[in-house]
Amino acid sequence: MNFILDEYLPLAIFIIVALVISCLFILANFLVARRNPDPEKSDAFESGFPQFGDSRMKFDIRFYLVTLLFIIFDLEVTFLFPWAITFGNLGLLGFFSMMFFLGVLTIGFIYEWKKGALEWQ
Amino acid sequence: MIALISENLFHLFFIVGLCLLIFVPLLLGVVIVLFADRKIWAAVQKRKGPNVVGPFGLFQIPADGLKFLFKEIIIPDGADKTIYFVAPILTSTLAIAAWAVIPIQENIVLSDINVGVLYIFAMSSLGIYGILMAGWASNSKYPFLGALRSAAQMVSYEVSIGFVIVTVLMCVGSLNLSEIVYAQKNIWFFIPLFPMFVVFFISALAETNRPPFDLPEAESELVAGYQTEYSAMPFLLFFLGEYINILLMCAMMTIMFFGGWYPPIDVAPFNLIPGFIWFLVKMMVIFYMISMVKAFVPRYRYDQLMRLGWKVFLPLSLLAVVVTSSVLFFFNLAPVFS
Amino acid sequence: MTASLLSFYIFSTVILLSSLMVITSKNPVHSVLFLILTFFNGAGLFIILHAEFLAMILIIVYVGAVAVLFLFVVMMLDFKISLDKNNILQYLPIGFFVGVVFISELIIVLINTKFDLSNIQILVNPMIKFENLTNTEAIGSILYTDYILYFQLSGVILLVAMIGSIVLTLRTREGVKRQSIQSQLDRKYKSTITMVDPKSNEGVDI
Repeated sequence: MNFILDEYLPLAIFIIVALVISCLFILANFLVARRNPDPEKSDAFESGFPQFGDSRMKFDIRFYLVTLLFIIFDLEVTFLFPWAITFGNLGLLGFFSMMFFLGVLTIGFIYEWKKGALEWQ
Repeated sequence: MIALISENLFHLFFIVGLCLLIFVPLLLGVVIVLFADRKIWAAVQKRKGPNVVGPFGLFQIPADGLKFLFKEIIIPDGADKTIYFVAPILTSTLAIAAWAVIPIQENIVLSDINVGVLYIFAMSSLGIYGILMAGWASNSKYPFLGALRSAAQMVSYEVSIGFVIVTVLMCVGSLNLSEIVYAQKNIWFFIPLFPMFVVFFISALAETNRPPFDLPEAESELVAGYQTEYSAMPFLLFFLGEYINILLMCAMMTIMFFGGWYPPIDVAPFNLIPGFIWFLVKMMVIFYMISMVKAFVPRYRYDQLMRLGWKVFLPLSLLAVVVTSSVLFFFNLAPVFS
Repeated sequence: MTASLLSFYIFSTVILLSSLMVITSKNPVHSVLFLILTFFNGAGLFIILHAEFLAMILIIVYVGAVAVLFLFVVMMLDFKISLDKNNILQYLPIGFFVGVVFISELIIVLINTKFDLSNIQILVNPMIKFENLTNTEAIGSILYTDYILYFQLSGVILLVAMIGSIVLTLRTREGVKRQSIQSQLDRKYKSTITMVDPKSNEGVDI
């Protein structure tokens, strides 16, 4: 029963090693490089002009819509993963069950296409 | 707890050693690939490319990397300091972490988990956080806009990548990366699934912000996108993360479409060469294609990019899932487990 | 103490601390990032339970998609206003009310659940029926056939979500020039170029 965890221990250690190495890169930089900040240098870059306005601006709601649609399709893909590796065993019911599921979501896809939600303006 | 650690100390050190055994060649690979990228790009434009430091300019990339170490870290005013530094660390960590499950030869893999494909899919979908955090923490306009664009772009192409992975999985019947390679012993998947390979290739370019989809850092509009305010090592980490991700995509394409470590023909001179060399050769060929795309395809406009992702690739890959599964199912070719 | 027990304590401690940080940190962006840390450690707990498929799905769906949306929303908000006022007291009663409702619901569920101890083996190890399958295969072999109704219902829920998100957020802007690829491809040179032979001092009629 422990064989799954045997595969995950190296994975966890690898992630930790990757994290430590990335941190060491920045730490070495802090130790080696000189730091000499001045207000001109640490000003936000705006092509040489002094900063105007606030950089935390409101942005188009379209980005939000794209992310929402992404969540839905991501879930669809998630449902497909277990099906993709088992559909040979499931018989006709399992096959058409997924086809119906995809059909329902295709209706939604056609709706958003016709509504123009996929147009970027 | 102390007893537990001290008993397994040797085992732990062994695993850490293995991790370094992956990490060092990976870093070397990035150097080689970066050099190749610049040389290929230069050759297409009839330039020489890097040719001063070392023979054929070979030491140009290490020299560039070392230079970053001595550069000043500039923290912009009003930046959220913690997130400002977490972003590059996260980017490079995630990019490296995905390599733990890549099987470079039969049985040579750090952790052979059952859900390897999902793990890589997860790690590459988390790459978005480094970008969003960098753009937000810099407290500057160009990085913010670059991060937003980049996030929407990565999200749009991830869906088609997911569908392509599903089509490959249907031919394999397992989520394990080694199993995917074993399934290609007779025929590499890029032959029956060629359209899917094309979709994956282009989506991989968009996912890693490579040209022609490098809109997040379109220098003529957004200076350098989300990296604008970064300097020195944090910048290098972003750069490293980007190239490790490109290599990862090459490795994924090798595993999913080009038969991993298998030689092209299973006859005497070819099958004597060890598998990992075939793996690396295949990766390099794919990288050459990616590099050539950079050299001669002009940058996409943002609305064209979104149109390609949502209106072409998404329906195409969804259709491919239906068609492939129908063919496999009704001709009784679908993999069956006992 | 085994390695899995040790990692259980590490993961659950981080979960508790980071979920505490989610509700106490003043900056909403930090809250979202701590929420992501919580999800991550949740995935770790799933792996300890040998539910590797669920662990990866937790990361792909919740961290890779849902939390991105949270981050977008939080970045959209002009939260400097809410940072200035420390208005915990204002939200305390309603938060308390929601908490009490939630806890009492949990207690009701717990009281009404009858633990049948005769088949305790299945409660301890629910995968007993699928001993030699990976858990992705185990989920796949029942989700689409045995639980077909729930599966199709989730499809309908996704459809409703898709339509709802479009109805709520879609604004068509006026006066935007769009690229019509079809009309660009349909352009023939005969309909766009006319050859004229202008005579001197007469000009051309257009």
